Amino acid sequence: MKYIDEFRDGELAKNLGASIAATVQPGRNYSFMEFCGGHTHAISRYGLSDLLPPTVRMVHGPGCPVCVLPIGRVDLAIKLALEQGVILCTYGDTLRVPASDGLSLMKAKARGGDIRMVYSTIDALQIARDNPQREVVFFAIGFETTTPPTAVAIQQADAEGLKNFSVLCCHVLTPSAISNILESPEVRQWGTVPLDGFIGPAHVSTVIGSRPYEFFAEEYRKPVVIAGFEPLDVMQAILMLVRQVNEGRAEVENEFARAVSRDGNLKAQDRVAEVFELRREFEWRGLSVVPYSALRIRGKYASFDAARRFKLDYRSVPGSKACECGAILRGVKHPQDCKIFGTVCTPENPVGSCMVSSEGACAAHYSYGRYKDMH
Amino acid sequence: MVKRGYVRPLDLKHGRGDLTHGSGGRSMVQLISELFAKHLGNEYLGQGNDGAVLPAPTFNSKPGRLVMSTDCHVVSPLFFPGGDIGCLSVHGTVNDVAVMGATPLYLAAGFVLEEGFPLADLARIVESMANAAKEAGVPVVTGDTKVVERGKGDGVFITTTGVGVLPDGLELGGARARPGDVILVSGSLGDHGVAIMSKRENLSFDAPIESDTAALNGLIAAMLATGAGLRCLRDPTRGGLAATLNEIAGQSGVGMMLYEKAIPVKPVVAAACEFLGLAPLYVANEGKLVAICDALDADLVLNAMRAHPLGLEACVIGDVTADDHHFVQLTTAFGGKRIVDWLAGDQLPRIC
Repeated sequence: MKYIDEFRDGELAKNLGASIAATVQPGRNYSFMEFCGGHTHAISRYGLSDLLPPTVRMVHGPGCPVCVLPIGRVDLAIKLALEQGVILCTYGDTLRVPASDGLSLMKAKARGGDIRMVYSTIDALQIARDNPQREVVFFAIGFETTTPPTAVAIQQADAEGLKNFSVLCCHVLTPSAISNILESPEVRQWGTVPLDGFIGPAHVSTVIGSRPYEFFAEEYRKPVVIAGFEPLDVMQAILMLVRQVNEGRAEVENEFARAVSRDGNLKAQDRVAEVFELRREFEWRGLSVVPYSALRIRGKYASFDAARRFKLDYRSVPGSKACECGAILRGVKHPQDCKIFGTVCTPENPVGSCMVSSEGACAAHYSYGRYKDMH
Repeated sequence: MVKRGYVRPLDLKHGRGDLTHGSGGRSMVQLISELFAKHLGNEYLGQGNDGAVLPAPTFNSKPGRLVMSTDCHVVSPLFFPGGDIGCLSVHGTVNDVAVMGATPLYLAAGFVLEEGFPLADLARIVESMANAAKEAGVPVVTGDTKVVERGKGDGVFITTTGVGVLPDGLELGGARARPGDVILVSGSLGDHGVAIMSKRENLSFDAPIESDTAALNGLIAAMLATGAGLRCLRDPTRGGLAATLNEIAGQSGVGMMLYEKAIPVKPVVAAACEFLGLAPLYVANEGKLVAICDALDADLVLNAMRAHPLGLEACVIGDVTADDHHFVQLTTAFGGKRIVDWLAGDQLPRIC
């Protein structure tokens, strides 16, 4: 496969692994957080940690769209499908996220909810056009990568006068989540989570550009290397981070230059700004309430806001007490530190959301790396 | 004199299945005679009784043991590149009997039709079944049809049951893999699943890929004829190679190590999986074989497979290992290791 195989070359990976091993300084430990679930997935899927020296540790961050979705939001979506009888459309992984009462969207579907998986917002619009007598709600989740397509769908529906389409908006913002982690006492005060740098998001950065990370590099003195989601990208980024740490630099570097510019995709940013505005606060699973960390639909497009149309009130729902997803999302704990990991909580019956998507730290470790715990 | 009633022949061009076709009256008899018996007819089906009377099965004129398997087919869409639900329902069950080492002898077929189903489509399906049965050399000897109300089915569901004969002394099974054995596949993986997905209503894309649906009894007979130390044969259908190997690892109490570089996947399948966010190892096949065999006999089996049209690309993809946890592992093309786990539910695409 052209443009893919080049970034999955095992020989090059070995060379990069050797370069990293030769670059790390003896007696020094390196701890890097890959913010994105896409990177977590690549690390597990290709067994990258086997190619790294033992002194380089990767901490899995909270950038997995379904992992940070709080129970209360999924409850709202289920309520729309089961009580309001809407056609609820959403992206693949979201279907399995555990909600209240042992439900998930998948289970709500079995109870008669008309819940459909779509690959794009365009499919959701088409479903609305094809079913003019039904209310169609797109359950919009994800970071800056999935936000522009939602904005486009709302503007398109507005232009067409599509009256039966609305969006349950749960879009969240990457920079505020990174700040939240850097501000957490584990990182800032106690130092229990050593963080020497970040692998910056791939797809998110194609939209927002590399500029927003400059603040972190400067304010918190943490190097950031934006990297693509292919395994060679990740290896290269780790090498770049090790070099920055060795040289005492804290800069934003862009490994993913083939897709990310400093300013990002201005057209997409404009669309997002036209349709959405900042929420004062938003609850994240794992990070709890984070100020100015999510988007809501502007008043101008209020008629496409499912929360307003169906008068939905958000209610925060506490997760399982035994579940350590929160600590795992903040990098404080490893999946295998959780008592219910692999016993009560498995990909078949996820208790916490980190076990849902193969981007989630727990599911990635369970599905790909469990054999390492044998030793 | 009583006038012989005129029976208008079934309208196989524009007609539609209705509830009378399943109600036991004349229309049902007509559907059976003008469609099913016409295409699938043979001396056993022609007996016309509630069950078929069959000769006691023998293998090389010696009595053998019976192998029986059944499979429900609910594929959507019904017609897909490289096949349809008709030939699929024959291949699926013939393969389930054949992978036991048995020679498939007879098939039974049950149809659940949805009211309103076009008879032209049904005729296409039955013809395709007839061709597949003929090619595999396994006649359909008995069957049943039911019609359900509109909205209670999805066009047509087909259940087939197969019976075969297994010679005494031949033992194949999922519990027989031993550390040191090698794992073989007969060709590229994921073709069927991707061909189906490329035609799903909400997701059509142009992939020049056809389903691999095929009857494997000929290939398997050629492999058995070598007398090699075969432990287990499986056709990796739902859940793909990953599910099949995890099943065998669990049953045999062993582990497995696969080599990603050795696993054959067509570039178009790899590309489709890439943009759909799926993994080819979990995608269904309908004409591929997984074989576990004694390492010493690997070349013997491979040569027999490669000499058969359905095994031209046969290759070794991994080894059976000793592992108390029964993990199926993969050495990635990258040089790292990871587990190839069971799938949790359906494969759902990741969002990022």
